[in-house]
Amino acid sequence: MRALISIALFAVLYEAVARSGWFAPALVPTLPAIAARLYDMLADGSMANHAMNTLYRVFAGLALAAVFGLVLGFLMARYRAVERFFMPLVSAFMPIPSLAWAPIFILWFGLGNVATILIVFYAASFPMLLNTWTGARAVNPLWLRAAGSMGASGPALFWKVVVPGASPFIITGLRLAFQRAWIAVVGAEMLAASDFGLGWVIFDAKEFLNADIMLSSLVMIGAIGFIFERVVFGTLEKTTVLRWGMVRTAKA
Amino acid sequence: MNRGPSLILRGAVAALPFAVLAATWELVARTGAFPPRLFPTVEQVAATFARLAASGILLHHAGDTLLRLAAGFGMAAILGALLGIAMGRSRQVEDLALPLVSIGAPIPGIAYAPLFLLWFGLGNTGSIVLVAFVSLFPVVLNTWTGVKAVKEIWIRAAQTMGADERRLFRHVILPGALPYIVTGWRLGLAQAWRILVGVEMLAAVQWGLGWLIFGSREFLNTDVMLAGIAAIGAIGLALENLVFEPLERYTVVRWGMMSS
Repeated sequence: MRALISIALFAVLYEAVARSGWFAPALVPTLPAIAARLYDMLADGSMANHAMNTLYRVFAGLALAAVFGLVLGFLMARYRAVERFFMPLVSAFMPIPSLAWAPIFILWFGLGNVATILIVFYAASFPMLLNTWTGARAVNPLWLRAAGSMGASGPALFWKVVVPGASPFIITGLRLAFQRAWIAVVGAEMLAASDFGLGWVIFDAKEFLNADIMLSSLVMIGAIGFIFERVVFGTLEKTTVLRWGMVRTAKA
Repeated sequence: MNRGPSLILRGAVAALPFAVLAATWELVARTGAFPPRLFPTVEQVAATFARLAASGILLHHAGDTLLRLAAGFGMAAILGALLGIAMGRSRQVEDLALPLVSIGAPIPGIAYAPLFLLWFGLGNTGSIVLVAFVSLFPVVLNTWTGVKAVKEIWIRAAQTMGADERRLFRHVILPGALPYIVTGWRLGLAQAWRILVGVEMLAAVQWGLGWLIFGSREFLNTDVMLAGIAAIGAIGLALENLVFEPLERYTVVRWGMMSS
């Protein structure tokens, strides 16, 4: 209820500024104009098309990052040599923003999906990798010894003890990776996509001063991001981590 | 314990991955499978880096990027901390601001970039405002959480010992919330840094590392791009290691709010 008052107040303030005539209406469209544009874009299916393109790119990148992060993360946790070799590289590459690679990927692979997906992959890999690595190392050594003394060996130990033990961290890593990927995909689409995509449509609208299209797309980006981060991955985190009784380790 | 050789050995072990990476790159570059303009050798990149650094061009780009980062993040660090503290202390401010902050925070900052560039113009103003806006959210949310997390019992203890509002704030609430505020700054700076590089590409600024990389695309100067990325990575590492770790040591750990 209180939240509604604050949002309504903000809306009224915005509307007053938009109608005051201080700024060009093309730059600061009124709320009904934005709503009408959003409705048009939803009704004619163009918004769905943009959203599908963006989702395809983000999940392709995220899937690659998940596979890469899981494999390397477990290997780094298991083998000291792998950790020693890759850890310095990870620390060196992590502070480089994924968008910094955009120009190179564009040169190498051209504008379009490949460059965009690679940027998303780069952004999402680090949280996935670091959380898998931390999770696998945080598995209670008591469980490993208990399972070992009960005769579990190699593969069984890995699948029945290490993977479930690390899963809270991995699922949190997945959620963080989506967060990063979602930011990266919007930026990458502005720089590297050639057609369609929620980020691309914002950037394209700048040329024609269509602030209403920009704001409509911004609303969609916010809504989809919220749905996936909070609802999909948030629920996944809650159901699995809570159900498996891992809350205490997950909070660490 | 003989520490001398082990230090050298550790250095060698740390350098080995980079040597392997460089050697692999060099090998691929020399096979000629890719055009050398698109896949320069390591020496070429190093030579370009040295040339750009020696002529001061790289320094100029890096300096402008850092100035934008400092201006944008500086605003966010101060305003965000003030707003967060106000939200934590006053119910009305919290009711008013929290819904807006919660809605704004999850939207990727870069999505606002074209809008801000329309509103504030290409160049410095647009990019600095965007950087400030983006890094504001983690600072506000963390500061607010921190002020809320100050133990009620400390506040009551200080009050019974006769602390007035100002001393309560200075000696109880601020130190209590500080670990959260510093975390917020850290997250905010990391976000600002990631966004800034992208924004410089979009905003067509004249100087700046993001533009250095993006502008080289026109002339297929892959070596300049890689030199720019190396500079970006170095600055990112330096920000984390030289700015925040000391800050955390000097304030948070020293005041006993967090064990080191």
